[in-house]
Amino acid sequence: MSTGTEQVDELIRQEYEHGFVTEIESETIPPGLNEDVIRQISARKNEPEWLLEWRLEAYRQWLTMTKPEWASVHHPDIDFQAISYFSSPKKKDGPKSLDEVDPTLLETYEKLGIPLEEQKALAGVAVDAVFDSVSVATTFKEKLAEAGVIFCSISEAVQEHPELVKQYLGSVVPARDNYFAALNTAVFTDGTFVYIPKDTRCPMELSTYFRINAANTGQFERTLIIADDRSTVSYLEGCTAPMRDENQLHAAVVELVALEDAYIKYSTVQNWYPGDEQGKGGIYNFVTKRGDCRGRRSHISWTQVETGSAITWKYPSCILRGDDSRGEFYSVAVTKGRQQADTGTKMIHMGRNTRSTIVSKGISAAHSSNAYRGLVRMAPKAENARNHTQCDSLLIGDKCAAHTYPYMEVRNPTAKVEHEATTSKIGEDQLFYCRQRGMSEEDAVSMIVNGFCKEVFQELPMEFAAEAQKLLSVSLEGAVG
Amino acid sequence: MLLSIKDLTVDVDGQPILKGLNLEVKAGEVHAIMGPNGSGKSTLAHVLSGREGYEVTGGEVKYEDQDLLDLEVEERARKGLFLAMQYPVELPGVNNTVFLREALNAIRAERGEPALSAVDFMKLMQEKLKIVEMKPDLLKRSVNAGFSGGEKKRNEILQMAVLEPKLAILDETDSGLDIDALRIVADGVNALRSPERGMILVTHYQRLLDYIEPDFVHVLANGKIIRSGDKSLALELEEKGYNWVLEEAVA
Repeated sequence: MSTGTEQVDELIRQEYEHGFVTEIESETIPPGLNEDVIRQISARKNEPEWLLEWRLEAYRQWLTMTKPEWASVHHPDIDFQAISYFSSPKKKDGPKSLDEVDPTLLETYEKLGIPLEEQKALAGVAVDAVFDSVSVATTFKEKLAEAGVIFCSISEAVQEHPELVKQYLGSVVPARDNYFAALNTAVFTDGTFVYIPKDTRCPMELSTYFRINAANTGQFERTLIIADDRSTVSYLEGCTAPMRDENQLHAAVVELVALEDAYIKYSTVQNWYPGDEQGKGGIYNFVTKRGDCRGRRSHISWTQVETGSAITWKYPSCILRGDDSRGEFYSVAVTKGRQQADTGTKMIHMGRNTRSTIVSKGISAAHSSNAYRGLVRMAPKAENARNHTQCDSLLIGDKCAAHTYPYMEVRNPTAKVEHEATTSKIGEDQLFYCRQRGMSEEDAVSMIVNGFCKEVFQELPMEFAAEAQKLLSVSLEGAVG
Repeated sequence: MLLSIKDLTVDVDGQPILKGLNLEVKAGEVHAIMGPNGSGKSTLAHVLSGREGYEVTGGEVKYEDQDLLDLEVEERARKGLFLAMQYPVELPGVNNTVFLREALNAIRAERGEPALSAVDFMKLMQEKLKIVEMKPDLLKRSVNAGFSGGEKKRNEILQMAVLEPKLAILDETDSGLDIDALRIVADGVNALRSPERGMILVTHYQRLLDYIEPDFVHVLANGKIIRSGDKSLALELEEKGYNWVLEEAVA
C-alpha cells in the first residue's frame, strides 16, 4: 500500500491539461516599450487623438512609479523591455461569421471545451472571444442589439461609441491608480465593452474567454461595463492558457459603473497556467478590478474562482458612492505547487446606508502561499454603513501557508464592521473516513473542498458553478499530505 | 469463508501489538471481540480497514479468497468491508446526504450497478432512516458536525444500512452511549443481521451483548485471541473480569 504522500506527489505532478500552443501567424510589434511603441499601437487601432494622449500621459506617469512591494508574493523582476506589446492573429478584415474564423483557432477553443456555436446558443450565452489581443468572433450581437445592449470589443467601441468610451473609460480606475493600471492604460490592446441602457435587463449572460497565446506577448486587457439606470447585467469571464517557458505577464484593468438602481454581477473563473513544479513558466496575473456603485441603490457583485497563475495579485473592489448601494465579494482562491496568491477586496463606503459583504475562501496545498488582503473603509459620510466579512482558510498538507490581512478604517461612528476568520486543515482522519466509505482520495478532497466553498459557488451562475466545481476537483487532485 | 486471519502480527510505532492473531468469520455470523484496554482490539479493526500507521509484520488475511492486505482502503470498502468508527469524523460543510450518495455510488460502481438518481436515493434514505430512528433533518446537516455522541453512532449505523456491507466491523460502537441510544443502535444492528453478512463487534463491555446476541465471543489479550466461546463466555467475563481468563491463559 502506498502512502498518502506518494499519491499526492504523483497527482500534483499531473501536467497542465490545457497546455498546448496554437500555431497561428501573429502580427507582432517587436519587444520593447517606449512612446513610439504606444503611438504604433494607437495607430494600428486607428484611435482618436485623445486616447493616444491619455495613453502617453499614463506611460509618463508609469515611468515615475515603482512596482508595488507590499503584496505577499515573490518573483524575479519583470523586464518590461523584453515584452511585445501588440500581437494579433493575422487577418486583414474581421470575420463576418464563425465560418470565416481560422479553423485552427476554433479547434483551440474546442480543446478548451469552449463551444462557440450551438451549445452556447442553447445556453443563451453570447461569447466575445478574445484571442490574444484582438477579438475574433462575436455572436448574438443582433439579439443584444434588439435590446439596445452594446457588447463588443473595446477597440470597436472606441470607433462606434466614442462618446460613451470617452465619458467612462478611466473614470473608475484612473491612469495613475497604480503601477500596473498605469502600464495597462499606456499599452492596452483590447478587451470588452458593455453598455446596458436604462430600464433594460440584459437578455442573456455575457461571457468572454481570454487566452494568452503568442509567445512573450503580455496581455493588457481593458474591460469597461456600464449599467445605466435600473438596468441589470451578468457578465462571466473565464480563462485558460497554454504552456510556456517564460513568465507571462497579465495586467488587466476592469472597470464597472453601476448607475441608479443598476445591478452588475461579474463572475470569473481563472485557470491560467500556474507554472511547473518549481513554479517556472507560470503566468503573473496583476489585475486591477474595480466597480463604482455610482448611483443610489446600485449593486455590484464580484464572484471569483481563482485556481491558476503563478502569481495572483488581484483585489476586485467596490466604491459604494451612491446612498443605499451594495457591494459584494465572493471568492475562492486555490493555490498549489509553488503558486502565490495575494487576493481580496476593497469596500469603500462613501454613501449612507451602504452595505457590503465579503466571503473569502482560501485553499492552499503543497508549497503554495495564499493571502487574503481586504480593506473596509467607512468614510465620514457613510452613515449607518454595514460590512460583514467572513474569511476562511483551508490547508491541505503542512508545507503551505495561509495569511489574512484585514484592514479597517472606520471614520463614522454609526458604521458597523464585522470580521470573522477561521483556519482549518483537511485531516488524515477525514480522508480515511471518506475512503473507508468507498470514495477515492481525490473525490474525498473534492467533496470536502466543495463543501468548504459552497457559499461562494452558490453565487455563480448555474452553468459556471458546475464548471467551477469541476475545475476545483481537477486542480486539487491528490493535493493531500 | 468471508474472512480468514492467520497468525497476524502487527506493529504500531515499532511496538508489536498483534502477536499472532487467528480468526475466521463466515457470512451470517456475528463475532464479538472482547478484551481489556490496550489488548489490540482497535488495532485489529483498523488494520482490517487498511488505515495507515499499522505495520503488518507477518501472517495473512483472506477476504473472500483475496489478499485483503493488498487492497487500498477504498477498494476494501467497495468490496463490502465496513468499519463503524469509535470516533466518527466530522466533515464541516459536507452535506450528510451528499456524503452518503457519493459513498453509495462509489460502491455501486464497483458492483457494476448504475448510480442512483436523486429521487431513488431519497426514497432509499427514507426507508433506512427508520432503522436507526433518525430524524430526516440530520441528513441536511454537515456530516457529524455538531452531532451528539448518540447521533454520530446512529449515523454510522445508517451508513452501514445504506451501504449494505458484506463484513461490518463495529469498533466500540457502544462507547459513550446512554441506555436509550444503545438500544436504538443495537436494534439497528440487529435489523441488519443477515445470512449474507458477517459482523465483528469490538467491545470492552458485555453490555452491548445484552442487546446484540453474538454467535461467538473471543477474548483478545496481549495481541492474541486467548479464548473463544459462545455468548456465555461474555457473561462469565462480566462476572469474573478479564483477569480470570488472563491467568488461565498463562497457566
